[in-house]
Amino acid sequence: MTVLVFSEQVPTGNELLAKAREMAPVLGGQVIALAYPGSPGPEGFYKRGADRVIVPESPHLAGDVPLAENYSAILHQLCEEHKPSVVLVGSTRWGKEVAARLAGLLGCGCALDCTSVSLDAGKTLTVERLVLGGNAMSSEQMAKLPAVLTVPAKVIPCLPEAASPGGQVERKSFELAPPRAASLKVTPREVSGVKLDTAQVVVSMGRGVKAKEDIRIISELARALNGELGCTRPIAADLKWLPKEHWVGLSGTKVKPRVYVAVGISGQIQHIAGMRDSALIVAINKDKDAPIFKAADFGIIGDLYKVVPEIMNQLKTCK
Amino acid sequence: METVVVAKVTVDVQAVKMDADTSEPILKGVPLKVSDFDKNAMEEALRTKAKLGGKVRVVTAGPPEARDKLRELIAMGAEEAYLVTDARFSELDYAAVGKLLAAAIRKLGKIDLVLAGEASIDQYSGQMGPRLAGALGVPSVSYVRKLTPDKEGLVAEREMGDLVEEYRLPYPALVTLTKEINEPRLPNMMQIIGASKKPITEWRADTLGVAPAELEPAVRLAGLRGIVMKRRNVLFADEPPEAARKLVEALRGEGVLGGGQK
Repeated sequence: MTVLVFSEQVPTGNELLAKAREMAPVLGGQVIALAYPGSPGPEGFYKRGADRVIVPESPHLAGDVPLAENYSAILHQLCEEHKPSVVLVGSTRWGKEVAARLAGLLGCGCALDCTSVSLDAGKTLTVERLVLGGNAMSSEQMAKLPAVLTVPAKVIPCLPEAASPGGQVERKSFELAPPRAASLKVTPREVSGVKLDTAQVVVSMGRGVKAKEDIRIISELARALNGELGCTRPIAADLKWLPKEHWVGLSGTKVKPRVYVAVGISGQIQHIAGMRDSALIVAINKDKDAPIFKAADFGIIGDLYKVVPEIMNQLKTCK
Repeated sequence: METVVVAKVTVDVQAVKMDADTSEPILKGVPLKVSDFDKNAMEEALRTKAKLGGKVRVVTAGPPEARDKLRELIAMGAEEAYLVTDARFSELDYAAVGKLLAAAIRKLGKIDLVLAGEASIDQYSGQMGPRLAGALGVPSVSYVRKLTPDKEGLVAEREMGDLVEEYRLPYPALVTLTKEINEPRLPNMMQIIGASKKPITEWRADTLGVAPAELEPAVRLAGLRGIVMKRRNVLFADEPPEAARKLVEALRGEGVLGGGQK
């Protein structure tokens, strides 16, 4: 049976097609890609494994902001028509909204943010997802099909681009109810220049830092180590002392530098899930029982206001 | 203004330990709590009520033990509380729980606004909100960080990647909220005592008209394994100058300090 693929991000769409291509022979069906009208070159999906590429058309799809409601409805109609076994959607915030709404319309099984998807010869579909604050991997079997799954970018390697030109993109008109939600405005978010995901050294701060002006102490340490400044959720989301780009954690940025230094961070598991792939982890905290020390290779039990200046002194004498 | 908060009672993720032998998370005996973001949803519901009047109700689907925790949301200010439960609750998947919750919300009658946290702390999936919106056939926005309701509808602001989006939705609508939207109130002792006396209505699948076949799980848990972290855990508890010296020496030993980086 059919595998239906959709992502508003073309590279993710290509990756999902590789998985769909792998599953299609087992299920004995086609791979249909729903292209997002805003994205360039939908015919490219033919070269990445699609048997059919459909571009949706409707007067209600005009406007800059795509409404999840519309795309769930389009996928729903495609599901009615093609009865797919599996619907694969790219796991962005928007993609998850579309996928989960679709699962509600179909009343079917759904798993979001799958880090692996496998279909065995007996057509048993199994996925894995991080649960319990990133502390455990849950393996889930789809007892009934169809199943709606979302997979984040860069989980599945895409197929090499096929040399054949592929087919013709099908433009298909959809009868959509007038959407009830309306986009009022879209503004670019203020983005600071920090790039945590590629940094070699990240020095992060948590609630152990008592005042906003003390961020300086930590940012100087970051600079001395040629690193970027990171922080925990409370600092970025609750206190808003630093822009979101500095937030390390399960719902912030996941980092894997050579050295991660956690200063005044107790070690909530959502934070640890965002930094545990670092090659070396250093923690400074005054509470000897802070969970961060379990996640650390080296740690100093002490007051950051006394310890960090001493580390700065030591770094000076090193150079 | 009729507002329903959909809340989840989950294990306290922070208190989950790993079995040293099997590396599986030990879930038995872990204390339960109201999922953090659902308290933000309750807070936002109460602020909406303060502005526009009406009633705030809370619905949770969970095991019978969830009942006690539901009282925390009554203490915050929920006027009515509903527990949708089932003897085999732990086997139910999102699809089944979604059907039960949708049926419960329909049974409550006219609803303007359904609020929920962006995700639950145990699953961190964010599936239930939009799934319910689909099942109920109402418009929804997820991950909302600012909500401005008025008599006719609401304005919701959220972040999507590098963009900030603003939507207008008519009622009935479903909105899921992020943690930064507000600071949930802490109930006082009187409110906590008052909540302990309030009734909690219990509904089951048959009360809601959901047939047992509808609850057959589409997704089955096949296994759960803990992610075990192996770290060296070398701790320096000396006075700051000495501890700092030892740390910097250790880092130099790892070859991560080299002066040539600049």
